[in-house]
Amino acid sequence: MAQDLQSAGPDEAGQAYFDRIMAEDSRIEPRDWMPEAYRRTLVRQISQHAHSEIIGMQPEANWITRAPSLKRKAILMAKVQDEAGHGLYLYSAAETLGTSRDEMMDALIAGKARYSSIFNYPAVTWADMGAIGWLVDGAAICNQVPLCRASYGPYGRAMVRVCKEESFHQRQGFEILLELAHGTEAQKEMAQDAVNRWYAPALMMFGPPDDDSPNSKQSMAWNIKRFSNDELRSRFVGMMAEQVKVLGLSLPDPEVRFNEDTGKWEHGPLDWEEFKEVLAGRGPCNAQRLERRREAHENGAWVREAAAAYAAKQAAKRASTAADDLDVRKVA
Amino acid sequence: MVEKSMTPGRDTAAAGGTTAPAAPVPESAPEHTSGLPPQRHGWPLWEVFVRSSRGLSHVHAGSLHAPDAEMALRNARDLYTRRNEGVSIWVVPAEAIAASDPDSKGSFFESPQGKDYRHATYYTKSEGVKHL
Repeated sequence: MAQDLQSAGPDEAGQAYFDRIMAEDSRIEPRDWMPEAYRRTLVRQISQHAHSEIIGMQPEANWITRAPSLKRKAILMAKVQDEAGHGLYLYSAAETLGTSRDEMMDALIAGKARYSSIFNYPAVTWADMGAIGWLVDGAAICNQVPLCRASYGPYGRAMVRVCKEESFHQRQGFEILLELAHGTEAQKEMAQDAVNRWYAPALMMFGPPDDDSPNSKQSMAWNIKRFSNDELRSRFVGMMAEQVKVLGLSLPDPEVRFNEDTGKWEHGPLDWEEFKEVLAGRGPCNAQRLERRREAHENGAWVREAAAAYAAKQAAKRASTAADDLDVRKVA
Repeated sequence: MVEKSMTPGRDTAAAGGTTAPAAPVPESAPEHTSGLPPQRHGWPLWEVFVRSSRGLSHVHAGSLHAPDAEMALRNARDLYTRRNEGVSIWVVPAEAIAASDPDSKGSFFESPQGKDYRHATYYTKSEGVKHL
């Protein structure tokens, strides 16, 4: 009991300080006191986000060798490299909360961690590279721009970096679709088919509807999340509805419209059962994605071991040279 | 539906997970000290500072894991300067950084209260005098 009372002291002061930071819409930094639930929520969200970037490399890496030109190949490689970079920025941010990189990696490889459901859909044609850039990265940007102001400093800073790089991703996707849409009839059909397949999964990237999103309220109270899932989804639909006209394509949703009364964009119903199935690991590519990640991790083991061995050898060499120098000086 | 032949392409940057630690576990980095017990780590952690152009200071860009300083520099180049963001990089072992205690905000940093005289704006009588 006495111990409880003692430990209540600093925690109460910490909580008061934390509450004040929240009220001022200021930022929490790694060494600040924070509620355990806040820490847990952030580790979960940031690591899931990092995993999504890493797994998200796969659908596109799959097309690097078959990109239609050297230019497209170079662009795609740069984009996939960016996704890897984004994953690493985010793992670093999550690590500041006291969870090690290895723990997060292990959780992903063991299939215990979640990542965005979108990456469990297959990229079956070249036009999918366009649709992924335009719709998937577009939805990601919509989600991520407000996260630049997340109350946790390292997360916000990582997101600033990510967002700067992400806009190239969306534009290159748009350009792929634009060129296909103005190509042959078959190319235009391929572009439309890709948009048809990626539209609904991209809309579901914003998460379940507000009335079925139990964690949203708390995340908003903690200034991690700034807008609700439905709010962001509606904004995204509005942007896509305009941009698709420039492409000369259409969205596969006859119910997309701007509601004058609410001032919001509306869309047709989404298949949330499918969303839950994919999240639960039963999507079209879940097994393939995890298997590939595991394989890449295992195949890279010798590189990690060699680098560590080399570093140890160099350190030993430096230590012995330093010792020799010391001996020489003694003799002199 | 399954994608056509997955290309076993390079996946280098994703190799964040590591084995065989080559150096001690960093525990006192400013960004990476949470007050929680130390966790299992692979390669040591490095803080990265980038000078964006000549004449400017190095600014903290982020962190990364690497087995030694040379690899840390190479990784930092790939991770933080893919778009000409820098002309010079510093990498510092996270454990080598000493940081002030966030809880001592009041006592550690001198109170600015009543010390307006440290700022030029405190001196108003010279207003209107040229080049002052």
